Amino acid sequence: MNLLSVEHLNVNFHFKKRELTALIDVSFNLKRGERIAIVGESGAGKSILGFSIVNLIGKPGYIQSGTIKLENKDITKMNLRQLQEIRGKRIAMIFQDPMMTLNPVITIGDQLVETIRSHTKINYKDAKNIAIEKLRNVQIASPERRFDQYPHELSGGMRQRVIIASVLLLNPDIIIADEPTTALDVTIQAEILQLLLAICRDNGVALILISHDLGVVSKVAERTLVMYAGQIVEEGPTLEIINDPQHPYTQGLLNALPQMALPGQRLNQIKGSMPSLAERPSGCAFHPRCPYATDKCRTQQPEFIYSGVSSVACFMVEDMLSEFSQDDEGSL
Amino acid sequence: MKHIKADLTPPIPGSRWRHMLSGFAGDKLAMLALFIFLFYCLVALLAPLVAPFDVDDPAFMDLFNAEIAPSWISHDYRFLLGTDGQGRDLLSVILYGTRLSLTIGVCAVILQASIGICIGLIAGYLGGRVDNFLMRCADIQLSFSNMMVAIVFLAVFQSIFGVAMYQQLAMLVLILVIGLTEWPLFARTIRASVLAEKQKEYVDAARVMGISQKRIMFRHILPNTLSPVLVIFTVQIANAIVAEAALSFLGLGMPSTEPSLGSLISEGVSYMFAGSWWICVIPSITLIILILAMNLLGDWLRDHLNPRAYKD
Amino acid sequence: MLAFLLRRLIQACFVLIVISLISFAIQDKLGDPVRQMVGMTTTPEVREQLRDELGLNDGFITQYTRFAKNALTGDFGTSYYYKEPTIDVILKKLPATFELAFCAILLVICIATPFGVITAIHPKHLVSRLIMLVSSIGLSIPIFIIAIFMVYVFSIQWNLAPSFGRGETTLLFGFWESGLFTKDGLSHLLLPSLSLAIALIPIFVRLIRSEMSEVLQSEYIRFAWSKGLSAPRIYFFHALKNTMLPIITIGGIQAGTLVAYTILTETIFQWPGMGFLFMDAVSRVDTPLISAYLMVVGGMFVVMNTFVDLIYGLVNPTVRLASHGL
Repeated sequence: MNLLSVEHLNVNFHFKKRELTALIDVSFNLKRGERIAIVGESGAGKSILGFSIVNLIGKPGYIQSGTIKLENKDITKMNLRQLQEIRGKRIAMIFQDPMMTLNPVITIGDQLVETIRSHTKINYKDAKNIAIEKLRNVQIASPERRFDQYPHELSGGMRQRVIIASVLLLNPDIIIADEPTTALDVTIQAEILQLLLAICRDNGVALILISHDLGVVSKVAERTLVMYAGQIVEEGPTLEIINDPQHPYTQGLLNALPQMALPGQRLNQIKGSMPSLAERPSGCAFHPRCPYATDKCRTQQPEFIYSGVSSVACFMVEDMLSEFSQDDEGSL
Repeated sequence: MKHIKADLTPPIPGSRWRHMLSGFAGDKLAMLALFIFLFYCLVALLAPLVAPFDVDDPAFMDLFNAEIAPSWISHDYRFLLGTDGQGRDLLSVILYGTRLSLTIGVCAVILQASIGICIGLIAGYLGGRVDNFLMRCADIQLSFSNMMVAIVFLAVFQSIFGVAMYQQLAMLVLILVIGLTEWPLFARTIRASVLAEKQKEYVDAARVMGISQKRIMFRHILPNTLSPVLVIFTVQIANAIVAEAALSFLGLGMPSTEPSLGSLISEGVSYMFAGSWWICVIPSITLIILILAMNLLGDWLRDHLNPRAYKD
Repeated sequence: MLAFLLRRLIQACFVLIVISLISFAIQDKLGDPVRQMVGMTTTPEVREQLRDELGLNDGFITQYTRFAKNALTGDFGTSYYYKEPTIDVILKKLPATFELAFCAILLVICIATPFGVITAIHPKHLVSRLIMLVSSIGLSIPIFIIAIFMVYVFSIQWNLAPSFGRGETTLLFGFWESGLFTKDGLSHLLLPSLSLAIALIPIFVRLIRSEMSEVLQSEYIRFAWSKGLSAPRIYFFHALKNTMLPIITIGGIQAGTLVAYTILTETIFQWPGMGFLFMDAVSRVDTPLISAYLMVVGGMFVVMNTFVDLIYGLVNPTVRLASHGL
């Protein structure tokens, strides 16, 4: 059974004069203990998807239609009180920039303890013990001292550890990590990623990792969703997606990785840039940047189709598949 | 290469002004505020032409006409808004009072702005010790509010030179006192903008090209810092007018022979409790509407020019 | 923290010296103690002798040092009008002003904070719009007009509260005349403190609103929501604590405004406080009293500002960090 299932999710942004679509018909499932990744360039709607799972899209955004079911309970239909019960306890989030995520005028300890105390009836002393235990779990040295310190007294990597500890406090089922390493130094990135992976694996926590970096994703996630302009364009096992990307956008992303270029060679960029919400192209949103775009791509929206191991929304792949199947039939 | 070139040319404030103007037409309240402000300015400018009586005419003050109620009560249509305790036509006196209040307010703020902008530019551009010292001074000056400094200064001034001498110089002294006290607001804003602008490439580029510091400051940085200044300018005029009114109310501002709105209200208080409310109420309302319009205008400008809020 | 305090202290001393110079200059330029001490009939020779005895012919520096020394020991000269040491005259009026300001500040805190928070949380709600409208208008009404109309409406028309004086007072600890403990004293306090509060509330409502709405946009507030904390905890603990930092600083800056406003309010309500005394002294050209008032208010002012800085340092943990490094 699926722990979390998102179905036909549409998120809009409501401005004074116009409605802009940020997510279009997004569907995916997450099993207990599974680690998935959502990748795409910035502006693809990854973060919005992450926030909408706990119904925390900043105004003026809102969930226009679709369901987000956490074990059959629809999050989109919950009131604030029910949401508060889920947030932090069942689904916890790690934000992008650890420098901005912790409240600067409240001690680390208070920020940890309040999470426990707002969800359970544990007294302060026990909550403090739990918090210190979790700080130790994320390999923070002398957690008792850190407990009474303010965020600005800690380095960025240290703060991200604190945030991971705060996310673990109530043993959630799902952790949503929104670019957890982007704001950190390269040397610390790997450590934090390892820590996150270890913690999820050891505790059987499901992870939704949001990232623009396929390199990071390949180390952590079992399954990957590729997003472009508010839509999922490809979904499949991470290995499959990295070794045999189907969608031209995924191919472009992979080629753009620095590892893919030989020393001294030019990096392979995808030409053009992500369209803003206001100026979504017609048909397949990727067509202005796609090297294989045809007239059909400019006018019609490709359907999401299953191609053996992964699912893709692309006419080219669709055509190839149907050719294959015709060939198969012909040979028979 | 294209984007690098864009970084090197100073951003043109033109588009921002156009954005502001287009937004203006859509906001009825802001339009109304602007309209009221322009109306006051016009009236102040044309006071000698518009006023039904000549205030310099010795016959203007006639105790026989004292305390006549506004025309809709007394049905005395010579005086639309009635007369004050000295028999002066209230409408004429208010028109001239508005003229005085606005003049003092605008002149004082021009003074504030010129001092503040210069100090802010110097502090922001030179940085280091100069900056530290100037901003310390600004902090200290700012912590003494202009009204407090003005009250003390004017009180002392009046004691030294005597009331007669003071009354001759009142307007000049008021402009100076109000103008010299709140420059830190401008200085701080300008300094902050300068520091932000200084980071940008085009200033480096200008310096590399060998353009003099003065030219960089006045031709390149200053135009880009003007929009926050405009916001403060509007609000400060309102504050200056209030300060002037308060000082006049305390008897430290304009004399009753040459009344501003504040001195009119101050005179009216005693009549108010005796039943002649209009002598106090009508100038008060005139003042309040002016200040309200200025504040609304300032708010609107802040919302639309503030770079932090300047997002679509 | 220590370096921070030291810097503030140096600044405070500098300000005090400037104030004392000004007060001294006033006394020096304005007052002629000799004329006050002797009659018109005294011969110029006697006067000159007296001037010598009083040290009035000494150089500026010597005179100023003497002035400063006297001031440090609490001797600010004798009032021409009251014929008493000026410091005594001022200290006698201090409780009245202090109680007025205290009540006004209390009212401002109790009213402006919830209003500011409400308007920041629900900016589009009808109540918030109403609060903002009223505070926009309130901001535009000068304090003396507020006070006049308070007197007119509540005192003259409806006769609800007295409009001048302090009413009955009780003596506390032998030196503090308080109006806070009698019904009469409180009813006299009502209108002046309300006027003062009404003039200050709009400033703070708008201030709290703008600071708080900025804080509410921040990542750490979003993170707090994602932790599933309750709304009151987020608004009144996480957000308000951060909002208070700039408010404290700006509140400190408003102290000068408060002094000016008390002068205005006291004049209108004939409240026997320091502001009223000052305006009286001005009209009587009571120079020693004017200069003593400047010294006392300037001193209190500096103390208040330093105190505000101290509170700021205590609330804001990052200030403490800066001092650890020094």
